[in-house]
Amino acid sequence: MKAVDFDYAQPATLDAALELLSREDVMVRPVAGSQSLGPMLNLRLAQPELLVDITRIAELQAIRLDGDRLTIGACVTHARLEDGDYPDVTRGVLPSVAAVIAYRAVRNRGTIGGSLAHADPAADWVNVLTALGADVVIAGTGGRRTVPMTDFILGVFETALQPGEIVAEIHVPALSDRARWGYYKVCRKTGEFSHATGAVLIDPARGVQRCVAGATSGKPVVIDGPALFEGGCTEAAMAAHLAGSPAADDPIALKTHTVALKRAIAQVMS
Amino acid sequence: MGEVSTAGSGVGARVRRKEDDRLLRGRGRFVGDIALVGMKELAFVRSPVAHATITGIEIPEEHRGAVFTWADLAAGGVKPIRAVSGLPGFKVSEQPALADGKVRFVGEPVAVCVAATRAEAEDIAASVFVDYAELPVNSDMLEAVTPGAPKVHDHWPDNVFLETNVGGNIAEIAATAPVKVSRTIRTARQCMVPLEGKGVVAHWDRHVEQLVLTTSTQMPHIVRAGLSECLDLDQGLIRVVAPDVGGGFGWKGLLQPEEIVAAWIAMRLDRPVRWTEDRREHLVAAANAREHHYEITAYADERGRLLGIEADAWVDAGAYSVYPFSACLEAAQVGSILPGPYDFAHYRCRTFSVCTNKPPIVPYRGVARTGVCFAMEQMIDAVADAVGREPWQVRLENLVPPEKMPFDNVTKKHFDSGDYPESVRRAVAAIELEGWRARQKSGEPDGRLIGVGFATYCEQSAHGTAVYHGWGIPMVPGHEQAQARITPDGGLELRVGVQSHGQSMETTFAQVAHEVLGIPLEKIKLVHGDTGLTPYSTGTWGSRSMVMAGGAVATACRTLAERLRKIGAHLMQAGPDGVVLEGGLVRAGPAAVTIREIAHTWYRAPQLLPADVDRGGLEVTAGYKPGSDHGTFSYATHAVALAVDPEIGQVEILDYLVVEDAGTMVNPMVVDGQIYGGVAQGVGTALYERMPYDAEGQPLASTFADYLVPGFTEVPHVRIIHMLTPSPYTEFGVKGIGEGGAIAPPAAICNAINDALKPLGVTVTNAPMTPEVILGAIAETRGAA
Repeated sequence: MKAVDFDYAQPATLDAALELLSREDVMVRPVAGSQSLGPMLNLRLAQPELLVDITRIAELQAIRLDGDRLTIGACVTHARLEDGDYPDVTRGVLPSVAAVIAYRAVRNRGTIGGSLAHADPAADWVNVLTALGADVVIAGTGGRRTVPMTDFILGVFETALQPGEIVAEIHVPALSDRARWGYYKVCRKTGEFSHATGAVLIDPARGVQRCVAGATSGKPVVIDGPALFEGGCTEAAMAAHLAGSPAADDPIALKTHTVALKRAIAQVMS
Repeated sequence: MGEVSTAGSGVGARVRRKEDDRLLRGRGRFVGDIALVGMKELAFVRSPVAHATITGIEIPEEHRGAVFTWADLAAGGVKPIRAVSGLPGFKVSEQPALADGKVRFVGEPVAVCVAATRAEAEDIAASVFVDYAELPVNSDMLEAVTPGAPKVHDHWPDNVFLETNVGGNIAEIAATAPVKVSRTIRTARQCMVPLEGKGVVAHWDRHVEQLVLTTSTQMPHIVRAGLSECLDLDQGLIRVVAPDVGGGFGWKGLLQPEEIVAAWIAMRLDRPVRWTEDRREHLVAAANAREHHYEITAYADERGRLLGIEADAWVDAGAYSVYPFSACLEAAQVGSILPGPYDFAHYRCRTFSVCTNKPPIVPYRGVARTGVCFAMEQMIDAVADAVGREPWQVRLENLVPPEKMPFDNVTKKHFDSGDYPESVRRAVAAIELEGWRARQKSGEPDGRLIGVGFATYCEQSAHGTAVYHGWGIPMVPGHEQAQARITPDGGLELRVGVQSHGQSMETTFAQVAHEVLGIPLEKIKLVHGDTGLTPYSTGTWGSRSMVMAGGAVATACRTLAERLRKIGAHLMQAGPDGVVLEGGLVRAGPAAVTIREIAHTWYRAPQLLPADVDRGGLEVTAGYKPGSDHGTFSYATHAVALAVDPEIGQVEILDYLVVEDAGTMVNPMVVDGQIYGGVAQGVGTALYERMPYDAEGQPLASTFADYLVPGFTEVPHVRIIHMLTPSPYTEFGVKGIGEGGAIAPPAAICNAINDALKPLGVTVTNAPMTPEVILGAIAETRGAA
């Protein structure tokens, strides 16, 4: 279980990194915290010829408040989001969710941008940022583009990233003072991958009533709008909403996803 | 039998471990720490398919000389591994160290690649092309015994290593018993997962003209014997050394194909080579254990008094018979120990050791006892349910009572001592059963279901000669030997052929020696795990080392004590009567000489010795066997209270209690450690660990993301209550304790889960009891309702 021989670059600027990532003469991959790519390298599931380490690029490490949204650099670690040295506009969503990602050792290195780019359906940010209505800023040699989370995650390990592009930053909208949220995931053990994730955001001032069923066999299932809540959030209503989605591959999966969502909603209602 | 103290640093003292200073500071020396000049690393080409004929192996031109196959080894005289059970009807498998024209499981080594680094060796391995003509696969033991199943070994008539029949006087009871309950029970295939995987360094020592194999093993002398057989090399030309070993649990109690290959390559290339098992190899390629299937029926009277047990048991033994324990140790144990700690008269058990296209099954901590306990203890609860009594009451009804000890059970197991029912009574009191029953009635605010479960077992350990001969194992232990040597400065060196890889022997054997000789622990040095330095031993397995090698250490030290006493008496010009050795001094009334002075006299001033001094001097090799050849029987009752979340199928352990009797404890802290570690593994067996295979024999877990082991947050705080019934047959009354912790947790947890699910009318019978299993059982019951 040793990686194949590869070259390694650690550029200091985003432009230099994008230049390297656009090379077509070698198989090139970006790496940040290496918490998913590292094992894939050692298992030889990934065999790049050049690895571009983007963690020394200052602008990807920044967190700043831009009006009514928080901009988080792609290489900000889960640990930093957990520890909270930034103006949290999410009423605790970011630090609370960061604190339950895997183990602290993973959080010390793993990054929010890396997690999104990897796009494991069980990843916390994939589902929570969908619920929060975040946008992803993608950078390439051709410039930048911004896509909403619902268009960024396309499926299992599938994103809107094109060859040579990386996640540059994430825009998280500020929640209103009366916003309430809930988050529940079903894991076999502490730090393990989720089997069913429920994420809920109710923000009446902004007209948001959103439920997300994550850790499915596809992209997160979003139930937007008041329909579910008006129906009293019964288990049957939830199951009806999830029917036919990647959260309903088999009866036990559907049941588990329904329960995860129910428990996340219960946090909002309590 | 010696006097036992509980203070000081002798037998019974809770002293800190001598080895911890080295190990906890990361200063141990494991196979991975060894650096020899010019050493090369090995990587194996392993089969990606479960059953195939090899029709070609293509080695790229540039790597010729760096890749070797069975053709090379066979031309060099290497022979396949043969582990032949002595039981009649056993079918012999031959396991070549590298595949000989056929592969029989995914991960089987096909070729070996040599390079300066492991990464380069893996590059070479990736460039070797093997042509496989795939064959039909036996991926399930029950299908493998059906007519027309593909054969794993072409020349066998079927896929059964061995079928055994134990007992048989059951028909009348079966016809007349008032209560009859039957269950289908299964335990999953598991991996053993020691912290350190397997590893080996081999080189030829030109000075002593010996092959030196430094290997992560529990049994260096047996590895030497096996290497000698397979390499056709005199045992005198082989030295096997175990350095620090990071846990074994049975995985390192074997001769492994990779050891043979490393040894042969080192001799062939005349340079040191190392193979380090990585975690993926560990999970998919070999370290498999535990897979049992039971069809079992219990017969009882209206009070739950057992009248008989009838069972058919299948063990998925995998593709080959492992050296030295064979493919049939599991099934032989099942047949003989299924009756557990209970007293009943009628018994029949048929066992099948089934050959499949999976890695060979390896005896893992507890060996068959974990599966047997899982089956038998479910039956006790099932009987209790049938007769409407508490499961603990039915246990009391059936356990061998203390007044019958020593006791020969229905399979002629000779239980040496103990109060089995008392362990249940204490467990019921300490788990506070009444409180949990009240809580069950009132219900939980979060909707979870509370359950309490018990499991009682007795554990034969330190198996004697007759036991192993009876089980047909081609490695029968006899007298265990230890060497004790007073050093010229009055210290003590102990040399034992067993091997310490977590058992704390550097501390506990010193405590035994201290008990006899009074030499301080810091002046006692244990030398172990090296065929060049220690007496022969079958090694560390079967919870035998303290009973056997500890007994040998005590015996050797007693002989030394007598010699010290005689020389001391002479130096004090005292007659032999009334001269005693105590506290490290030889005393005659007010006069005393130290062991250091006596040692100085023997080694440096022999002119002062008595004329009739024992010519053996201050060095003794002594052999030992307990007074009974049946081994010792430690026992325990485990009790667990837990909560089942019926919506997501998850289990949280709320309280875990062990009431156990290991006889006299040499070091209670070490016994506690063995129990904690064992329970952690038992929790894994109960709730997490499963190596799944698909119908093509592909292992579906290859990393710890897929193969879950309990971690820090999943292992409960374990409360331990010790009972202390000495064995009448051993030095100090000690019993083997190394495996017990891992035996009962799956049974206790299963019984607790079923207790919790009782209001739903749901029963689970298979381990591990994952959320899928629990939710599946709930859904099935609802569907049937």
